[in-house]
Amino acid sequence: MTIATVALVSIGAHPASGRTRRAEQDARAVELGLELVGDNLHVLHAGNPHEPALRAYLGMGLDELHVLEQADGADAVPVLRDYIREAGVQLVLTGSQAETGEGSGMLPYLLAEELGWPLLVGVAQIESVHNGVAQVLQALPRGQRRRLQVRLPFLVTVDNAAPKARQSAYGPATRGLVNAEVVEIVADELSTTGSLQPARPRPKRLKVIKAKSGADRMKAATAKSAGGSGQVLKGIGAEEGAQAILKLLIEEGVVR
Amino acid sequence: MSDIIRRDPRAEWIARNRLHPLHAAMQPAQQSWMGPNGVVRKNVHGVGFIGPNGIKRIDRSGAQQGGASKRPAQAEVQLPLHQITAAAFYIAVVPDMVGGRLSSHDRDLLGLARQLAGSDGAVLAVVFGECKETAFATAGVDRLLLLDSQGYAPEQRVLGLRAVDNQFAPRHWLLPDSRTGGGELGRRFAASLGERPATRVWQVKDGACIGRAGAGLQDLAQPLRRLILATAECAEPVSETRHEALVVQLSTAVVPCLARIEDLGAVEVDPAAVPMAEAEFILSGGNGVKDWALFHRAAAALGATEGASRVAVDDGFMGRDRQVGASGTWVTARVYVAVGISGAIQHLQGIGACDKVVAINQDAGCDMIKRADLSVIGDGAAVLEALIVAVDNWRNANSVGAGSPEIQATRSA
Repeated sequence: MTIATVALVSIGAHPASGRTRRAEQDARAVELGLELVGDNLHVLHAGNPHEPALRAYLGMGLDELHVLEQADGADAVPVLRDYIREAGVQLVLTGSQAETGEGSGMLPYLLAEELGWPLLVGVAQIESVHNGVAQVLQALPRGQRRRLQVRLPFLVTVDNAAPKARQSAYGPATRGLVNAEVVEIVADELSTTGSLQPARPRPKRLKVIKAKSGADRMKAATAKSAGGSGQVLKGIGAEEGAQAILKLLIEEGVVR
Repeated sequence: MSDIIRRDPRAEWIARNRLHPLHAAMQPAQQSWMGPNGVVRKNVHGVGFIGPNGIKRIDRSGAQQGGASKRPAQAEVQLPLHQITAAAFYIAVVPDMVGGRLSSHDRDLLGLARQLAGSDGAVLAVVFGECKETAFATAGVDRLLLLDSQGYAPEQRVLGLRAVDNQFAPRHWLLPDSRTGGGELGRRFAASLGERPATRVWQVKDGACIGRAGAGLQDLAQPLRRLILATAECAEPVSETRHEALVVQLSTAVVPCLARIEDLGAVEVDPAAVPMAEAEFILSGGNGVKDWALFHRAAAALGATEGASRVAVDDGFMGRDRQVGASGTWVTARVYVAVGISGAIQHLQGIGACDKVVAINQDAGCDMIKRADLSVIGDGAAVLEALIVAVDNWRNANSVGAGSPEIQATRSA
């Protein structure tokens, strides 16, 4: 059963040089979609169809890419919502946040709210889609995973824990088709209220010593930083040592 | 024990008898007294004690016990109580509560809330689920609201936050922009309210908030929004004042919603597949490990991610990606077990952020033993074998207690 799957992509920027390229998390979303439905994946972008970095997505093995043509600084949410509703889409894959512009990561949440669909955040793998119910692995901090179950249609936000995107090849990138559609433009109010500046390095937090007297300040300055007081078990057999270690591991909760 | 006053009858007897040879030593050393001409005189040589070598020593750090005068027990400094009887407005904060306790990110957030609340606003902390934290008062919480929550139910939590918003109408909502649930909850709440949040905010000053934008090369400065998702270290945590942390209740119960996302629980992860920088439990081998097959078996039995020191990697027993140290991976594990690692300074740099370190080594004087919280001096191979047996026994004992029939069948077979 093929489901109408759409991956929403945006233009990325290299974190060091700022050069435009395909966005890393959007590329992982496209990779997830390609593994799930292969050629039936539709890739959608809202913005400038003549952007060269957009062809990098085509280089991943796609025949065509749909672009809803609109100017920079326009609001993408209403146009994407209308397209997704009309096209009868069942599954939408996106990255976590944009690499250019504000990068707030609100777009999938706003789309989910306006469409009324459930949203799964930080997904590492879509295990199965069967009878309109999907099982998904969500990535938790510290490399843990959690299994979630949800009914179609739904939106998925992809994390850096998802499998790495395949390389983009130049040939398919140039041969691919970019279908541009002109849509009505809704201006985004952030361009009037907020201003983008080059990033300032954040002030480092100083360790303020709250000492009132000279003796307290001296004690704080000369205090040994290392713990120094560990438990050393000498001369006991291997079994008791192992028991002591196991007790600590169970206490910390790393051995289950 | 040092604040029990003990009387020394012999010293008292000597002090009463002027003709005793040690009488002068028992008199309290005059530190400063009024001399002739009204000038205050001071005995500069009155400090110090005779150390173990017979050499006079002065220790200003107070670590040694040789001080002549006992240091009185430090009185608990009671911070001034900041009381708010009737709050003019509320600043609502939803801390992450990782592991049921306030994390440092949460404390920074409460510091920012305190800054926004000023003198007449109240900081309202909304806490989901059961919490083990008792120190809300010193963290800067004026009002505390506990909402119950089971498992992963983000839509239910958003409904809870909407109910709080309806009742208290806070002037600002502050949430941590983190990967441990705060970022997701804040964005869901913002979408539900229909309000635009300020994300990745790292500074709030003069009615404007500055947050990171895009890939991190740019900052976005905008007028202060109602909903703020702040990064770690956005403000100083509260340390000058104590607060009340009064428990408040919602006047109407939160409407339970039908969960569209079902939580099927956590999934077993292969520890070898977890990236080392993120792994929680690491078993690391060094020059002292002779039987590497046993090491791998121990890592599999414990469910630990494997690591190695530079020597083991250079000798070819483990891959370069498994190296822990200054030029390898800087690990942030909660528990780090080091077998046969002497603890060169570069390796200790790599494990600087680990919470609990366990060392198994033959040498009791090595730097790893000094760093470790628990050390076992002995043969690494014997301890690892005993550890594998102990873990298997413990797991069997636990599963028998839980009553699972399959384990019993294999044991009898």
